[in-house]
Amino acid sequence: MNYSKKEIEIIKELLFKIADDQLIIGHRNSEWTGLGPIIEEDIAFSSIAQDKIGHAQAIYNILHELGEADADTLGFLRNANEFRNCHFVEYPIGEYDFSLMRNFLYNNAELIRFEMLSGSSFEPIAKLAKKIKGEIKYHVMHADTWIKQLGKATEESHDRMQKTLNGSFNLALGIFEPGEYEEALRTTKVFNGERVLFDSWLSSIEKILEDSTLKLPDRSTWNQVYGGRRGAHSDYLQPLLDEMAEVFRIDPTTEW
Amino acid sequence: METKAKIKKTEILKALEDVKDPEIPTISVVDLGIITDVEISDKGKIKVTMTPTFAGCPALKVMEDLVKNKLFEIGLSEVEVNTTFDKPWNTNKISSKGREMLKKHGLTPPPLHNGFVEINMLIHITCPHCGSNDTLIKSPFGPTLCRSLHYCNNCRQAFEQFKPVS
Repeated sequence: MNYSKKEIEIIKELLFKIADDQLIIGHRNSEWTGLGPIIEEDIAFSSIAQDKIGHAQAIYNILHELGEADADTLGFLRNANEFRNCHFVEYPIGEYDFSLMRNFLYNNAELIRFEMLSGSSFEPIAKLAKKIKGEIKYHVMHADTWIKQLGKATEESHDRMQKTLNGSFNLALGIFEPGEYEEALRTTKVFNGERVLFDSWLSSIEKILEDSTLKLPDRSTWNQVYGGRRGAHSDYLQPLLDEMAEVFRIDPTTEW
Repeated sequence: METKAKIKKTEILKALEDVKDPEIPTISVVDLGIITDVEISDKGKIKVTMTPTFAGCPALKVMEDLVKNKLFEIGLSEVEVNTTFDKPWNTNKISSKGREMLKKHGLTPPPLHNGFVEINMLIHITCPHCGSNDTLIKSPFGPTLCRSLHYCNNCRQAFEQFKPVS
C-alpha cells in the first residue's frame, strides 16, 4: 500500500463512520435478545447483531493496520464525541415497529454501501466488503419481508408502520451526512460518496414501500438529522457506550 | 525440494481433516473450505491462512487454536495461523464430501449458486429427514449464524439448512 499521510486520514474517516454505525446498531439489535415478540425474531435480531458487531470488528482491524489502536480499545474505550456513527443507530430500540423500520431503512443503505465498497481502490475494504455484503443480504431480506407483511396485514399494523416511518425518516436521512472528504474519496476511487448512495437507497426503499402500501413522508417535511459524522451526538449515545463497555472498563488489560 | 514441499502440504491438509467445526462436529475445516493457504518455508516453518464463514463467527478463534494444536501434535513446531479476507469464503467452497457431512449432522447443504443468493433459494428446500420438498422456511436466522430454520409438511419435523451465502 502506497498512500500518503493525508490519503490515510481520508480513508480512516470513512472507515470509522462505517465501523461505528455497525457497532452501535449491532449493540441496539442485541438489546432484543430475550425480548423478541416471537422466538424467531429474537433469534433474527440476535444473529443480525452478531453479524454487524463482527463487521465492526473487521473494520477496526483494518484501522489498526493503519496505525489506530486495536479493535477492543476502539470499540470500548472511546467516548461519545469520538464516535462517528449517525444519530439514527444510537436511538433506543423503542417499540418493535421502530426497531424493524430502523433495520429496514438502515440495512438497505448498508447493503448498497458495501456493494459500492466492494469495488473500492482501497483493497482491504474492497475484500472485506465482497465478503460481508452476502451476510447483509440476509438482513435486508429479513427487514423487507416484515415491512411488506406488516404494511399490508391489518389496519393497526399498517398505521403503526406508517407512523414509525414518518417518525424515523429524518433520522434515516442522517445516514448520508456528507463527510469532509467526499470529493477526495471519489477522485481516488475509494468510495463514490454519500450522494450516490442516497439516490440508490431511495429508489430501493421506494419499491419496497410501494409493495407495502406505505408512503414516504412528503419531501417538504424532510429535515435531516446531521452531526453524528462530526462527533456531535444525541444524549442517547454516551449511556449506551457506558453500558456496553462497563465490564471491559473494569480491567481493560484482562485476557478474555 | 519443490516435490517434497508439495507432499508436505497434502500431509498437512490430511491432518487438518481431523479438525472439526465446533458448531458442526461432522465437518472438517478443510471440507468447510475455510483453509485458504498452506505455505511451507525452506526452513520448514508452516503458515496456514484461514478465512471466516461469517465475519462475526465466534468459533473462529477456537478453530485457529485447534488448527495450531493439531499441527503441533503431528510434530511441527514453527506454526503460524492467520485469518484474512483475501480469498473470501462462500458456501460454494464447501467440498462435496463436506456437503455429505452436513447431511449427517441433519443439516440440508446449501444450494450451489452463481454469486447471487435470492430468498426463493430458501423456500421449498429438501428435507434432510424424508427427502420431501414440501417444506416451509420459518426464519432465515437459526441457532448459529450459518443456519436457517425450516419445517417439513410431509414428515412434520423441524429442520435446519446450512444457508447459501454469496
